[in-house]
Amino acid sequence: MSNPNGRFGIHGGQYIPETLMNAVIELEKAYNHYKNDPEFNKELSELFNEYAGRPSRLYFAEKMTKDLGGAKIYLKREDLNHTGAHKINNVLGQALLAKKMGKTRLIAETGAGQHGVATATAAALMGMECVVFMGEEDTIRQALNVYRMKLLGATVVPVKSGTRTLKDAVSEAMREWTNRIDDTHYCLGSVMGPHPFPTIVRDFQAVISKEIKEQILEKEGRLPDAVLACVGGGSNAIGTFYNFIEDKDVRLIGCEAAGRGIDTFETAATIATGRLGIFHGMKSYFCQDKYGQIAPVYSISAGLDYPGVGPEHAYLHDIGRAEYVPVTDEEAVCAFEYLAKTEGIIPAIESAHAIAHAIKLAPTMDKDKIIVITVSGRGDKDCAAIARYRGEDIYE
Amino acid sequence: MSNIKSAFENKKAFIPFITCGDPDLETTKEIVKEAVKNGASLIELGIPFSDPTAEGPVIQGANIRALAGGVTTDKIFDLVRDLRKEITIPMVFMTYANVVYSYGSDKFIKTCSEIGIDGIILPDLPFEEKEEFLPECDKYGVDLISLIAPTSENRIAMIAKEAKGFIYVVSSLGVTGTRSEIKTDLESIVKVVRESTDTPCAIGFGISTPEQAKKMASVSDGAIVGSAIIKIMEKYGKESPKYVGEYVRSMVDAVNSL
Repeated sequence: MSNPNGRFGIHGGQYIPETLMNAVIELEKAYNHYKNDPEFNKELSELFNEYAGRPSRLYFAEKMTKDLGGAKIYLKREDLNHTGAHKINNVLGQALLAKKMGKTRLIAETGAGQHGVATATAAALMGMECVVFMGEEDTIRQALNVYRMKLLGATVVPVKSGTRTLKDAVSEAMREWTNRIDDTHYCLGSVMGPHPFPTIVRDFQAVISKEIKEQILEKEGRLPDAVLACVGGGSNAIGTFYNFIEDKDVRLIGCEAAGRGIDTFETAATIATGRLGIFHGMKSYFCQDKYGQIAPVYSISAGLDYPGVGPEHAYLHDIGRAEYVPVTDEEAVCAFEYLAKTEGIIPAIESAHAIAHAIKLAPTMDKDKIIVITVSGRGDKDCAAIARYRGEDIYE
Repeated sequence: MSNIKSAFENKKAFIPFITCGDPDLETTKEIVKEAVKNGASLIELGIPFSDPTAEGPVIQGANIRALAGGVTTDKIFDLVRDLRKEITIPMVFMTYANVVYSYGSDKFIKTCSEIGIDGIILPDLPFEEKEEFLPECDKYGVDLISLIAPTSENRIAMIAKEAKGFIYVVSSLGVTGTRSEIKTDLESIVKVVRESTDTPCAIGFGISTPEQAKKMASVSDGAIVGSAIIKIMEKYGKESPKYVGEYVRSMVDAVNSL
């Protein structure tokens, strides 16, 4: 979908310091070589299947379907992957690529901690050094994941600048990359940042929609009417959408974090409230003030608490191919609890944003319609925060 | 061609960087005047950005303080209008792509030209993306300053050939901030620059002492200093103009003591 300069329509590009230019050029060359290399793809498939536990299940949520009384609901269970989220797909791909490039050290940003855990995991597996940057605020919200990363041998650096969340973790990881390039690969966690990251991450996550397509054809003999996923930077969403982009009858629905509502300043719904800008290496939509200062966004979900969106999503929005809807904290928390009670599945609070929209959407659709929701991660990490949201203090 | 080349005529340039609005715009104005009075050749004015990804902790802090104080792009334009009543040496803006883009690239660059800003430095705009602002810069006669880094290698000649105003040679890997030692082989970088263009080049990042400034100026056309000045501003606040002036004098003397 992107042209050689990494543009998706007007979005994307490489707005980064000169210090990093040769690094991204080298990365692009290496990726273009290895993506068509049978040996690389064989190794990656083996890691996906034997280590990460792919393919992930496409589960018919029968109770939820009956309860909502509309479209048939399938859940794409990325939460069942090793490390508990879709993040491992991208990380195994990038870590393998980095290793082929002769890099010995991975750095990463993380919001909820899932990408950090996945990167620490891949680094442990491949014998690489790992440093994860995490907003100080998020190290508190996601203390369990901080411990997991340390257990896996990674160094976790709490980022104390700005809003002390995902945006600041990305900035700090970029700063560290300009400081140490020779032996270090920046394992970016979402379909964002400078080219070629949005394309590389998309390609590694596209396994989600590739499998959904095969699985739904096997189960239902036809394609779904809609696929839903939550969108922060947008990696699980682009993974869910990608192989359906050409299937124009399949609605692509991205669910953004509205926080306390899109009419408040405490929101992270970029498509709903942002405007065109240039930040973190890309042109895309960003939450910002009239002078271009990036807004201090908010969501209960540390993984969606980001003021921008990946350039391919911005493009899919521009051309009207995908729809983006805001989902509030309250709706997401209700969906988190709903899926736990209805299907016995505790989703990540990020994924609960997609569940929440499905709860609204499914009843408006006929019973012969089919929707697929990607459950991008599991919710163990969120239990303490949701308990707090409900006014209950639990000790982990 | 802008006024920038005059900063490098018959002398080595000393270029101080000042974040506008830290601690307030009135102080910024006095600091700039002191710097000019004490021999600065060109002034680099920072328009603060919420998320300055190329800056180390010192300049990040200045950005945060300035924005917290309510500084905006429009207020900084007014400051420059005011400064231009008495200051004739070249002045350039240092900011991030989104500050220009969000204001409206045409409107921002046109205003720069009207108020007497000679160039713009955008650390997040590499050679490959310069078309984003170059048409407007050319239209209004504002130089889009190119940066060359220790990792530029095969890119140096390509960048230098199309450079305007002056070339900002980044001395070290990483972000802005003072360093005890600069290890990059700057002589080799500057050699390639000189073979490719007549545009002058100054070295920045990591320079704080007169000895470092002298060394950097000896291999190039001048030295750029940011974090060391911001530290003075952080320490003395509204009282800082005098101290910045003294510091600038020591650095100007150093770069011209060759």
